[in-house]
Amino acid sequence: MSSSIGHVTPQSLSFSEPLALRSGAQLRDYTLVYETYGALNADKSNAVLVCHALNASHHVAGTYEHQPKSEGWWDNLVGPAKPLDTNRFFVIGVNNPGSCFGSTGPMHINPATGKPYGADFPVVTVEDWVDAQARLLDRLGITQLAAVLGGSLGGMQALSWSLRYPDRLRHCIAIATAPNLSAQNIAFNEVARRAIVTDPDFHGGHFYAHGVVPRRGLRVARMIGHITYLSDDVMAAKFGRSMKAEQIGYSTQDIEFQVESYLRYQGDKFSDYFDANTYLLITRALDYFDPAREHGGSLTAAFAGAKAKFQLASFTTDWRFSPARSREILKALVDNRHDVSYAEIDAPHGHDAFLLDDPRYHGVLRARFDLIAKEFGG
Amino acid sequence: MSERKDLELIAEMVPPGSRVLDLGCGTGELLAHLCQHRGCSGYGIEIADENVLACTQRGVNVIQLNLEEGLALFDDRSFDVVLQLDTLQHLRNTEKMLIETARVGRIGIVSFPNFAHLPNRFAIFRGRMPVTKTLPYQWYDTPNIRVGTYADFEVLARKNGLRVLDSFGLKEGRPVRRWPNLMAATAVFKFDRG
Repeated sequence: MSSSIGHVTPQSLSFSEPLALRSGAQLRDYTLVYETYGALNADKSNAVLVCHALNASHHVAGTYEHQPKSEGWWDNLVGPAKPLDTNRFFVIGVNNPGSCFGSTGPMHINPATGKPYGADFPVVTVEDWVDAQARLLDRLGITQLAAVLGGSLGGMQALSWSLRYPDRLRHCIAIATAPNLSAQNIAFNEVARRAIVTDPDFHGGHFYAHGVVPRRGLRVARMIGHITYLSDDVMAAKFGRSMKAEQIGYSTQDIEFQVESYLRYQGDKFSDYFDANTYLLITRALDYFDPAREHGGSLTAAFAGAKAKFQLASFTTDWRFSPARSREILKALVDNRHDVSYAEIDAPHGHDAFLLDDPRYHGVLRARFDLIAKEFGG
Repeated sequence: MSERKDLELIAEMVPPGSRVLDLGCGTGELLAHLCQHRGCSGYGIEIADENVLACTQRGVNVIQLNLEEGLALFDDRSFDVVLQLDTLQHLRNTEKMLIETARVGRIGIVSFPNFAHLPNRFAIFRGRMPVTKTLPYQWYDTPNIRVGTYADFEVLARKNGLRVLDSFGLKEGRPVRRWPNLMAATAVFKFDRG
């Protein structure tokens, strides 16, 4: 019987050596917040790194004491007897720098100025995050991971791990991801960013000093994002054309349809906890990710040096990170004769499916992790 | 069990160390056998969720793909051997898949139920569609959308300029080399692009 992992406590480590970033800038004196679940085995061969996507964090699984409804974002996958079984694996979740959940981010003090970074927080990339994660593993004494796992932007980090540190992971599991963002995808991100930066409360990114939050921008950014995470079918099933009241109100500004109510609620909730500068940084990291770029546009060339065994999965109704994008990664891996398996799950939920517990999807991941555990006798 | 013997007979046709693509690989049994016992490597292609899971559990590389979409994922001659075992009869684009098999593999190996097998002929003679161990379905619920004979395949291969390197029939786990169009439940062809 699978169960929740129970109460968990975040930890943190500080790094005094600057992190050299792709942009040429450096991140000085930074802190990484992380959580771990399960026990590291004697030869440190059972560690799995879980990389988070846009609005998630190091809190992958379990709950916080005295905080009801504080389940981690991938609690359905990670825990005792769950597909990523914490009785066998030592699972690590790390909050990426630039985020707003504890690791050094734009709301923290810039050692150069003594004021919050705000818009001056250096632009971070997927590769920078992977480098930061690698340093955390150095400190934890883990030289090689059994696997790196991630979905969406987290999947990009998993792929990047296989390219930047080919000897430091045995398996790369990348779900509902892409080798780069399409123009349409960048366009969605740009709309979200414009909503934030044109909010009068944004103050060029230095809103902390004004004691305000660009909530209006954050709300719209979240609404746009949320639409793209769902499929047309799932929206039709969830809301259809149902209305808030029985009678049409003939109003252009009041909420008339349930879908409007839902999106506004999601936007409000998001603007309560998410940082506007973080949203800009993370969407930019998504835009920039393109491992083929430094190989003359050839993804096949990019993956030539990878050594991991790969598991890819996509969802048929995901139009933000469609199966066609996963197949591009698949082709590059096949061209290089790498070990790869690919599951294309016919789930109705759109991009969000990677966070849900479709039995076919979780079945494949469970089978995969069973095999990985056998390799180290776990 | 004759199925297992069929499998072993076909496995022996695959040169050791081959790079293999198994189209319609089912639960991955043959591919696992080839990897473990003949030093082969490669991928299986499957469309069914339960087979993709079974392959994953077995630890063979499996790619979930609809074969009707072709093999655009794979470059010309990127495999030593392409297997298409008991798969051809389920495909609408039988001829296209045969051409694709010959394109991505140096050698293709195809097997399918031989409709001209004697018991099938008897059934037809009696005015009924055959229901046998190799063709176990009623006519109204069969997943086999193509039925062909050993002799038919020779004609199709010739039409597409394929060179048959070896061919024989199978019956109850034994090769049938004499009058295979009449005596074999299953037809097996090994071919290349000539």
